[in-house]
Amino acid sequence: MTAPAVDGTPAATPDAPRTVSTVSWKTPIALGVVLALYALLLLLAPREGDARFSLSTPTDFFQLPVYVIPGMATAWLCAAIGAVLVVPSVLATRRARRTPLWVTGVFAAVLLFGFLAWAAAGSARDLSVVGLLGGAVALSVPLVYGSLSGVIGERSGTINIAIESQLLAGAFTAAVAGSLTNSPWVGLVAAMLASALVSLVLAVFTITYRVNQIIVGVVLNVLVIGLTSFFYSLVLVPNTETLNSTTRFERIPIPFLERIPVIGPVLFDQTIVVYLMPVIVFGVWYGLFRTRWGLRLRAVGEHPRAADTVGIEVLRTRYRALLIAGLVGGMGGAFYTVVSINQFGREMTAGAGFIALAAMIFGKWNPVRAALAGLLFGFATNLQNVLSVVGSPVPSQFMLMLPYVVTLFAVAGLVGRSRPPAALATPYTKE
Amino acid sequence: MRLELRGITKRFGALVANDHIDLVVEPGEIHCLLGENGAGKSTLMNVLYGLYDADEGEILLDGEVQDFEGPGDAMNAGIGMVHQHFMLVPVFSVAENVMLGHETTHGPGILDLSAARETVRSTADRFGFHVDPDAVVEDLPVGVQQRVEIIKALSRDAQVLVFDEPTAVLTPQETDELMAIMRQLKDEGKAIVFITHKLREVREVADRITVVRHGKVVGEADPTAPDNELASLMVGRAVQLTVDKQAARHTDNELAVSHLQVATPNGQVVVDDVSFTVRGGEILVIAGVQGNGQTELTEALIGLHPDARGSILLDGSELRGRSVRKVLDAGVGFVPEDRSTDGLVGEFSIAENLILDRTDGAPFVRAGSLQLGLRDEFAREKVDEFDVRTTGIDLPVGRLSGGNQQKVVLAREMSRELRLLVAAQPTRGVDVGSIEFIHQRIVETRDAGIPVIVVSTELDEAVALADRIMVMYRGRVVGIVPADTPRDVLGLMMAGVAPETEGDAA
Repeated sequence: MTAPAVDGTPAATPDAPRTVSTVSWKTPIALGVVLALYALLLLLAPREGDARFSLSTPTDFFQLPVYVIPGMATAWLCAAIGAVLVVPSVLATRRARRTPLWVTGVFAAVLLFGFLAWAAAGSARDLSVVGLLGGAVALSVPLVYGSLSGVIGERSGTINIAIESQLLAGAFTAAVAGSLTNSPWVGLVAAMLASALVSLVLAVFTITYRVNQIIVGVVLNVLVIGLTSFFYSLVLVPNTETLNSTTRFERIPIPFLERIPVIGPVLFDQTIVVYLMPVIVFGVWYGLFRTRWGLRLRAVGEHPRAADTVGIEVLRTRYRALLIAGLVGGMGGAFYTVVSINQFGREMTAGAGFIALAAMIFGKWNPVRAALAGLLFGFATNLQNVLSVVGSPVPSQFMLMLPYVVTLFAVAGLVGRSRPPAALATPYTKE
Repeated sequence: MRLELRGITKRFGALVANDHIDLVVEPGEIHCLLGENGAGKSTLMNVLYGLYDADEGEILLDGEVQDFEGPGDAMNAGIGMVHQHFMLVPVFSVAENVMLGHETTHGPGILDLSAARETVRSTADRFGFHVDPDAVVEDLPVGVQQRVEIIKALSRDAQVLVFDEPTAVLTPQETDELMAIMRQLKDEGKAIVFITHKLREVREVADRITVVRHGKVVGEADPTAPDNELASLMVGRAVQLTVDKQAARHTDNELAVSHLQVATPNGQVVVDDVSFTVRGGEILVIAGVQGNGQTELTEALIGLHPDARGSILLDGSELRGRSVRKVLDAGVGFVPEDRSTDGLVGEFSIAENLILDRTDGAPFVRAGSLQLGLRDEFAREKVDEFDVRTTGIDLPVGRLSGGNQQKVVLAREMSRELRLLVAAQPTRGVDVGSIEFIHQRIVETRDAGIPVIVVSTELDEAVALADRIMVMYRGRVVGIVPADTPRDVLGLMMAGVAPETEGDAA
């Protein structure tokens, strides 16, 4: 703003508003608590023996040895490194700065490694790093697609609690369509359509009839669980051969790349649904932030009246966004029945839709961050699988909680400032 | 382009917001639509802009009847609007806001941001002001945001421009600059509709004036007509434009605020080292453009900012750090700035709203039960005393007019034994009749020897009510000056320029 050119002494006020520091002690305290819990675990449940980590698969260019390290010693060393890392965090906070991201990242990685060393100590089996990471990528597929579905819908102003039902409807439909045609592609397309149908119902009730978005979402989840379970027992179980036994997508190893140790089998020996994931993540990001479609969609989610006053059809934009969100979510649903295994099972998504929702929030409604969050949660899920294989001392019930605990902590504590679209959950009326 | 409205009628249920309104605006003229809050001016313009469907009547542009399905149609026909509440997406950049709805793209829908930036720059240059196309709108001062609105309308080649209460958020200097822009637009041959209730502005730019009252056109006037003539036309009876009050008689009561600081959760200091004193029997008006820390200052006084620093001494006892309940119990009356969200529960009845702050004990609550008889008796008495125009005390308060709602708030806050009254924007969105009443009650409170703080963004009100005026700018006190300080000095203070001789800060 131009200052008025007049006589008079300008006030002592600087042009930019003054700020005071409001850096909270949340991060160093969180790091400290995690470290203490970890140390407590080591103290109360010490383990004997060595941990064996294998890094190679037989088809690699060259074989890496199986690394054998002393379990407890490594675990304690990691605790020590973690303790050292709390120091920069405390220092940064005292100087009113944020804890650098690398500190948190390294801290998490080191403690995770220490935990693995502790858990695998004394086990007769090798802990396969490839299995750990590769499984993480696979398990994150429904989470990533689900969270993208959430991002698209919520950016346009509709809360999408119904991701779970999109996944489940997709999984069911892919199983039936895929079994009937023996084509995973048909299953994939059918899943996308079924998921879009769920979205359409959500849209009709929330956009046209302005019913509370959370209630509709919850009802849809319950409805789809009921419907799929019913048809599963009534129709699929007696006709498993014809209706519930799909042909899965083949793995497509990428020549040369798949033979690089560790990352080859993890990233370059996957199915088409996995390869499409980064493409679609980028596509959604580009669409939202670089195209007319995305600009209008975000405008409708932030300030629908402003969008209306420049001639944008608010309701139509929201409908379209939800339908596209449904199509994307369906790809995640197809994962269950034409990628992961070859048949549908009752309630097989097991809450993945809600974790996808958490990934979306953790990713601050940004497709790329949401996808990364999905990968993290996928990793947590797979960690539990891998640890039960090596015979982890932690009771399996606790291990099953792991992904949810990670989700809870991630969303509650570590998100930082994030702002949902301003018009989220607000139906639009013209008056 | 010539705009003509013929017999526009718009009803909301039983309420007739616009009753057969006729209006003609010629190209190259500034036509003022003058009327009180709630007279139906904004409704009329929303009909014109396609946001509302008129029940009767037609809109003509250059003699042709238009049928607007929505704002998109109105815009394509050449109507642009600068809304009272800006229609800008806060998290978008200026260029994105300007291009929204008629984006320039290359290829299949890929945004061409550089073209949008160019549009912003060239339009801004035409009017000799600078706007950074990449600035995010929510970071810009409101005056600049308004220019973005103007650029937005012009970038669509609007020939009829509607300014809906555009000066409410501006400093006097920004208002002058806006007037200059409006004149320039007029010289370019645009037809301009200027909606306002401020007489001073009307006189300055209008070519013709149409006065609206209760949804009807009640007359046309010449810009040279005297103030009270315009005012009485607007209100429908003779009005008093000044506030009657005696010289202040100070008492020993005193509110002393020193070094008060309030910061937002993300660390921005919004009340910055504010110190002042209000003595019993005087009104201190806190003036300044909206959003310069007044809201947070009053909230801090009442205890809504527990993290505030500094001290707030009322008759020697510290208020800072006390809960809102304790502050109220200490005898502080608080009229919040936004009565519909902070002052009242719209769905609750008048009676319930009147005892909203007294539900923790006798006389209205005994053994956990509301004493309904007592409550209703109290409510009837207050409705009478404060002249609340209502069909009954059981009416949901949200159904009352703005002025009557405000009287309910005032009645509640003044019915306790007060030792301090804080009234934020007490007359915003209130009809002239109620304004007179509210001003009178505030002056009576002062004359009872109680320190009174009034926050006002309207310079006229500030000057009329105040014994002393404190001007805030960007969270700081620019100065505390006597009420008879010249308007241009006050205007400059509102833009952050300190007066050359500091008024007595006693």
